This record gives sequence, structure tokens and C-alpha cells, in this order.
Amino acid sequence: MEEKNLICINCPLGCMLTVAMDGKKIVSVAGNTCRRGDTYARKELTNPTRIVTSTVRVLGGSESMVSVKTKEDIPKGKVLECVRALKDVVLPAPVKIGDVILEDAAGTGVSIVATKNVQ
Amino acid sequence: MQEYEVIIIGAGVSGCAAARELSRYDVKVCVLEKEEDVCCGTSKANSGIVHAGYDAPVGSLKAQMNLRGNEMMEKLAEELDIPFVRNGSLVVCRSEEDMPKLRELYDRGIANGVKGLQILGREEVLAKEPNVTEEVYAALYAPTGGIVCPFELNIALAENAYANGAEFRFGTEVQEIRRLEEGYELVTDQGIFRAGFVVNAAGVYADRFHNMVSGRKIEITARRGDYCLLDKSAGNHVKSTIFTLPGKFGKGVLVAPTAHGNLILGPTAIDIEDKEGTNTTREGLDQVLERVGMNAKNLPMRQVITSFAGLRAHEKNDEFVIEELEDAPGFIDCAGIESPGLTSCPAVGERIAGILRERMGLTEKKDFISVRKGILKPVTLPKEERARLIKENPAYGNIICRCEMITEGEIIDAIRRPLGARSLDGVKRRTRAGMGRCQAGFCSPRVMEILAREWDIDIRDVTKSGGASKVLAGTNKDIL
Amino acid sequence: MNNQLSADIVIIGGGPAGLAAAVAAKKNGIDRILILERDRELGGILNQCIHNGFGLHTFKEELTGPEYAARFIGQILELNIAYKLNTMVMDISRDKVVTAMNREEGLFEVRAGAVILAMGCRERPRGALNIPGFRPAGIFSAGTAQRLVNMEGYLPGREVVILGSGDIGLIMARRMTLEGAKVKVVAELMPYSGGLKRNIVQCLDDYGIPLKLSHTVVDIKGKERLEGITLAEVDGRGKPIPGTEEFYSCDTLLLSVGLIPENELSAGMGVELNPVTSGPRVNESLETNIEGVFACGNVLHVHDLVDFVSEEAAAAGKNAAAYVRAAKETAGRAAERASFPAVRLTVGTGVRYTVPETICAERMDEHQTVRFRVGGVYKNCYVSVYFDGERISRRKKAVVAPGEMEEIMLTKKQLMEYPDLKEINVRIEEA
Repeated sequence: MEEKNLICINCPLGCMLTVAMDGKKIVSVAGNTCRRGDTYARKELTNPTRIVTSTVRVLGGSESMVSVKTKEDIPKGKVLECVRALKDVVLPAPVKIGDVILEDAAGTGVSIVATKNVQ
Repeated sequence: MQEYEVIIIGAGVSGCAAARELSRYDVKVCVLEKEEDVCCGTSKANSGIVHAGYDAPVGSLKAQMNLRGNEMMEKLAEELDIPFVRNGSLVVCRSEEDMPKLRELYDRGIANGVKGLQILGREEVLAKEPNVTEEVYAALYAPTGGIVCPFELNIALAENAYANGAEFRFGTEVQEIRRLEEGYELVTDQGIFRAGFVVNAAGVYADRFHNMVSGRKIEITARRGDYCLLDKSAGNHVKSTIFTLPGKFGKGVLVAPTAHGNLILGPTAIDIEDKEGTNTTREGLDQVLERVGMNAKNLPMRQVITSFAGLRAHEKNDEFVIEELEDAPGFIDCAGIESPGLTSCPAVGERIAGILRERMGLTEKKDFISVRKGILKPVTLPKEERARLIKENPAYGNIICRCEMITEGEIIDAIRRPLGARSLDGVKRRTRAGMGRCQAGFCSPRVMEILAREWDIDIRDVTKSGGASKVLAGTNKDIL
Repeated sequence: MNNQLSADIVIIGGGPAGLAAAVAAKKNGIDRILILERDRELGGILNQCIHNGFGLHTFKEELTGPEYAARFIGQILELNIAYKLNTMVMDISRDKVVTAMNREEGLFEVRAGAVILAMGCRERPRGALNIPGFRPAGIFSAGTAQRLVNMEGYLPGREVVILGSGDIGLIMARRMTLEGAKVKVVAELMPYSGGLKRNIVQCLDDYGIPLKLSHTVVDIKGKERLEGITLAEVDGRGKPIPGTEEFYSCDTLLLSVGLIPENELSAGMGVELNPVTSGPRVNESLETNIEGVFACGNVLHVHDLVDFVSEEAAAAGKNAAAYVRAAKETAGRAAERASFPAVRLTVGTGVRYTVPETICAERMDEHQTVRFRVGGVYKNCYVSVYFDGERISRRKKAVVAPGEMEEIMLTKKQLMEYPDLKEINVRIEEA
């Protein structure tokens, strides 16, 4: 049996959670004040995911950069790879919110979309 | 190799005052400055005070220069279009025991020729300046005390000298001075310069150059002064410059409005080894905050927007050294110019030009231009004129610095004019963009854009103050 | 000046507060609205906040800053609300003449029926902290760095130390990391972080960036470009403890050390400010001491979530609309205003301020939100409300912290039951 510690992110209380694990299986969650802590610990330790936001260069637009994000959350371990995949992307203006910038970012199956309108 | 008749080392306020005074005559002058701009050493970090002249010993050169400089400042400020206010000064005495010292100061002032000096009683002082400490017993009032913007004074002197033919070389550091049969050879990192006459106005480094050519060594100590600057909302806290009775280290800590309406507190007086040591220290800043309470009350310390430190060029005999060296003919020292150096600069320039006029037999030019027009400040114009200005040049309708309300038009002027700004600090000292309460948080990216556009350089090459002070390191993801 | 315009409501600032206020005013029947924005686009600071986490309350979905702004900008366009960009307001007179300036129109005046102050806030600079040391290039407020990276695509530095663990500081730690910089440490003067737990985990822990609580920068090295900083631990009064100094080499120091409402225009026109919030004192309508001048968003008090800014600004917009309508219908509002007594809101233990500071039972809506911040971290406590010394409500809280805005709700019914009420006191009580 292995013990893992993490901080619950759901509210400013920031409960210190102690999770007992048997291999990849979660046996118990302790230290949480409410149910959200339990749910968070289980997700974070079995399948942690993040929304990634970044910027991409735009040519010929009113702005030189456009902000982007992964349309859905992606595995935490893929975050850096996903950002690197945007390194050499250059878009011609105009760009609209929701435009797909890159499909299947870093093999996650998730696409990256613009979050700003650039004329 | 480049040849001039006179080379001035240092584009601080003394060097530039000398250049301006010399530019009245038919003479080929060049100012060598190791930094990228004028006003980068002692001249940029001081109190901005025009002293009345009761501090320096009777008969000293300091006293003489102070009085003359103070007297000249009015006309000079008018000619050069820079802000100068005779706001008066008060030296606060806090106990009856100290009264002899205050009277001594009064007597010295009278002997030095300071006009209008008065000793005021407690009530008179508080009526004049309600925020002076409750502990005030009496004060020496000097109506001729004033405040000036040190940056603008320095820049204006340089611009006016330039307009009259003086040349300026920036980023040019003198490394060695060799005595020739006639005149001197100056080895710099930008090549060799020769001149019959050299003016050594190198601030804290003046001893280094002096000692290269003279057997009679001098020593200049860097004496650091830490300051705190408060927001304009605190600028009316006092109207006059408030000093405490002088102690062992200079004039103690002063409280004064600045020529632009901020409130300045300081300086400390800490002798240091490092002539580049313009860093503030915790002890220094604490000392300012502690001592300032000795002469003023209710200071709104939450309004501090920045702190900084400057180095005075302190000469061990406590005296200005402005003379041709006996053992090095043609080499003129302008050394030990600490307080009241800013006040004295017009007189210092006049004295140096006088020495050279005699020695070189200089004659006055007929076409000397005595006036210099400052950067147009739209905020000073009536609304109608301002509206007309914007119509003619829309850049004056575009506010870049929100705190000081500085327009793109003013920044472009600061860059394009002769000896124009090349860096964020250069723009700041000329226009005040970035000098306000947010300390350039909002405007620096935009000023950088303008600098890059006007100098036609990559924005990544824009610096804060020349040299290696680049503001940006790269672009997003460039090393990912 | 020959160049005078007029509008029923002039809104100073086109950020989240100004936009929400404009939309609400329009929906409450006012057509002649003008937004004056100093930047080159609407949306304010949201445009540089490209991270997600906005809008959970307002739109029930998680948006990035620019997306959140775009929702409101879309409404501004749909509702045909007028705005001017790149326009700086220079001055507002007490009788509500707004003097502004831009490149195209030069200087112009707008005579306003009502004014909504929505200028937002600025960051505290290094100088305000009196951090000793040199003053080289490479020291940025976190927001300036955020603008450079997120909007202009420039990296301010390669090796970064961040002072201040407010949300902007934390967010920038992640942003700089993901753009290729190395963030060495985040230092926080207080013994707790001012930021959300979520940001500590996802912006620092995810990237192995250490957070040093009770630490501050005590020296800055580097004459031209920053070369490094010295951190030291501080004692309970925030004073550095000798012997705890630790040097970090870095070329960049980001400061995230607090926000200050930008009230120079307000003060200039005679609006009374609260020294705790640095924002205007307002009544239940979010109206300042000057009739017809309202304030909302970060210019009023610094918020933690933009959703609350939008909510507050919508109230200001609605109230300004009511004011304009009343002023058109009857000239007697001033008399009416004076005739209703206002109840003072005061703060007790643990509470730093309240917005609003006065409430008039007759004029208030059925429900009145009172927002406040606490001065320290309190666990297992009550937020209690006293009417003239009598406790009328208390709500249990697992935790309250200075980084998060709190609120209580008062009802018209409650206040009507106390016709002689003089004072409402809000305080934190231990459980």
C-alpha cells in the first residue's frame, strides 16, 4: 500500500488529502472536509487533466498574437508537448473565436482553438 | 584619430554647463561620455535643490559658486525653458540649545551674501508650513532657495551647447590620458582623441583622470545618498524645502516638493568604495524614513512610488576643485562637485569657460543662440490651442503615459530632437513618461514600440538605459 | 469649446465593469450611452488574461479572459451602444462634463446625465515596497509581463523570480514556464498565499516551482540587466530575519504585490474615497457622494473574480439608468434623496471594509448584496450581521481568507422591520 498527499483545489480551505493506493487503485481518501475533495483526489491521481492556454502568432492582423486553448482538457503529461506543437504555427488574419488552430494536438485527439477575434 | 581644441570628459551637469558656456566662443569642443546619454551619473540622482548658499564656508569656492549659480539660475531656466521655482527653504532647529548653530548658519549666509535670510520663530514656521514637525523651535528661512528639474537642466544645457556647435560622443569611455608636447591624447574605447585642453568633469571618476596627468594626487570618494520619492498627490505636503540643522554628514535629510510636484525625501550620506554603487540599501532607506520625521509630520508614506540612490563626488578637503593644474598645463579639473553642485553648475560652467578664454584667447561668436525650446507640453496649453495642436499633429492626442499624461507627440519629440532619447530612461528623463505612480507599468511596452519605430530597430534591442540593459529577452517559445 | 457632445450616461472605461454597466443601462431603457476606453480595444485587462477560469458564475461555463470579454463586446455591438477607443479621459467636472482626447477628434467634452466610473486598477510598483538594491532592466510588474507575453509575443526574460503569490503572479509563473522560461521560485511576504488553491496546484506544483511563504526580496543585483535577487525570510511583522538570506541568479523579477484602484479622475472631481479600499464611498445604488456619479468594478474595490465585477457593474448600470429616468421625470430627486435616512454599514472584528457603506431602506431593492474582504485567515468562523448591536444573522464559514471577496445579503424586509436603524455592523466571530 502506498500513500500519496495532495492539496484539494476546490476552495480556499485547501484540505491536505491523504490517499491510500494499491498500485493504481485508490483504496481510501482522507483529510477532506467535503465530498468534492474525495472526487478531486480520485480524478487527480488516476487521470489528471488540464485545459492548456497559449498564444499563436498572427500575420497581417490588428494584433500580432492570438490567444488559444485546448478545446477540452488533455492529460497533464501532454501539456508541454502540446505547447511545443504550437511553436511554429503562424496564422493569417482574420481569426475568429472557435477557429481550429491545430487538430489532434500532441496526439491527444483534442484540437486547439482560438479564444480571441483578430481582424 | 579625432582632434578638438577642447575635450570635456563627462556629460553631467557640470560638463554640459561648461560645454554650453564654451559654445559662446569660437572654439571646437567635444564632450566625451561613457554612458549612452547625458545626465547618467551624479546629475541624475540628487535632490534637485537650488541652495540659497548659507552652508559653504565663508570665502570658499563652494560658497562663491553657490551664490553665483543661484543668482544665474533664474535667467538660465528662462533661456533653456526648464522648470525652476524659488520655493524658499527652511532649516529647522528643534531646541533652544541648538539656536547658536542656527545663528551661525544665519551669520554665514549673510557673510556669503545670501539675500533675505530671516530667523523665524516656531509659530511663524508652523504658519508658513503646517506640516513641519511640532518640535520646531525656530527656523532659518531663505527666500532665495529653489527647486529645479536636474534632468531637464542637464539635457537643456547639452542641447543648447549642441545647437551652438559643441559635439557629443556617447558610449565613449576614456581609458587613458597621455600628455603630449602640446595638449593631450585621450585613448577611448572608440578610438583616440586629441585636444590642446581637457576639462575633467568626470564626477566620481575625476580623481582617476586627474591622477593620470598630475603628480599631486587627489581622491574622490563616492558618497551615496538614498532617496524616496512620493506621488504627486503628496506633492503639496510642504511648499518650501525643509532641512534639519546640519550635522556631521551634510545637511541631514530634507523634505521638498520637486519641480514637477512630487515630494522628495532624503538623502542619506554613506561613503562607499564602489563608484558604481548606486544601489539603495535597507539601512539607507530606513534611515531616510526615520530621519525625515525629524523635520516633518503626517508624511503619507503609503504614497512612496520609488526609491533611488545617487553618488556625490566627495573631495576630501570638502571643496570644489575648478582650476588648471599647475603641473599639467591645459588640463582643467572640475572635481569634487558635490552639493551644491547642481545649484552651482551655471557658475561652474562660466568659470571653466573663463579659464579657457584667458588661456586660449577665445573670442565670442556673433551668432550664439542663447535660448533653447523645451519639449512642447500640451498640458500647459489652453484647451483651444491644445485642440489645434492635435489637429495639426494627432500624435499629441494619443496619451502614452497615463499617470503623467504624456502624449506620443512629446515622446517622438524627445527622440527626434538633437541628442535625442535612445532608451526608456532617456525618454523618461526628457518627458516624464514612466515617472508617475505606476512607474512605467502601463506605458513601457508602448514607449518601447515608439523607440523601436523611431530608431528603426528591433523592439528586442530597446534598452532601459543603454548597454546591456535590454528590456526583452526573446519571443514566445523561441527556445522551447 | 465648440466640440461638445452629450449623453445620458458616460461610462469611463470599457473593461469588464464598463461593458456590463453599459449593457445593463441599455436594457433598463437608456439609449444614449457612451463608453470611453483608453486602450485600442474593448475588454480591458481580460484581453491579456488568456488563461481559463472565467465565467463560471455568469455563463455557467469556463471561459478564457478574451472569450469572456467577447461575450460582453458582442452584446455592446448587438445593442448598438456607442464607444470610443484610444480615448483618454483627462478630467471630469463636478457637474459631469467629461473632457476626453483622442487622435482623431482631439480634445472634446461630453455633457453627461450620469457618469459610471469603471477605470479599474493598476499594479503596485516596486517603489511602493521600497525594495532596496539596483534598478536594472528586468523588473516588471506581473501585469506588464503578462501583456508583453500574451498580447505582444515577447518574453521578458529567461530565468525568473516572482514576488507575490496573488493570482496574477501564479498565473504568470505558468505562462512564463510554458513559453520557455525557467521560473525559479515564487516568494510571498505573508504566511499564506493571496491566490486560489487551484492556481497554486496548477500553476506552481504542476511545474515543480517552489512557493516560499513569509519571504521577501531584500536585495536586487545587476547594474544594467538584472543578475539576481536575494530572498530572506520575514518575521511576524514582515521584517527580514538576518541570516536567512539566499541568493537566486535570475534575469527577471516579476512583482505581483497588489492592485490599487485608479481613482485620480474620481478624486479630481471631488468623489470621496475610502482609505481602506482606495475606492469611492458608495451607497446602496453604488452612487458616490456626487449625485449621478456611480462606481463599479475594480475602481470601487479590487475583486477576485470577474463574474462579481460584472454583477456589481450591472447593478451600477441599472441604478444609473433609474437615476437618469428619474432626473428626466422629476426635478425633485435631490430633495427625495435627502429625505430618506441612510443606515451606516460599519466593520467589526476581521472585516476590512464593506461596499456599499450606506443603505437606504426606502430606496434599496428587495435584495442588497454587501461585499467585503477580511483581514486575515479565519477557519470555522461565522460571518455575523448586527443591527444596532443586535445580531440578526450569522452564517457558518469553513474558511475566509483575504484573497477572496465575501458577501452577505440584506433584504428590504429586514431593514423595514427596524425603522429607526442607525448602524449595520458586519464582523467575523469564532465558532
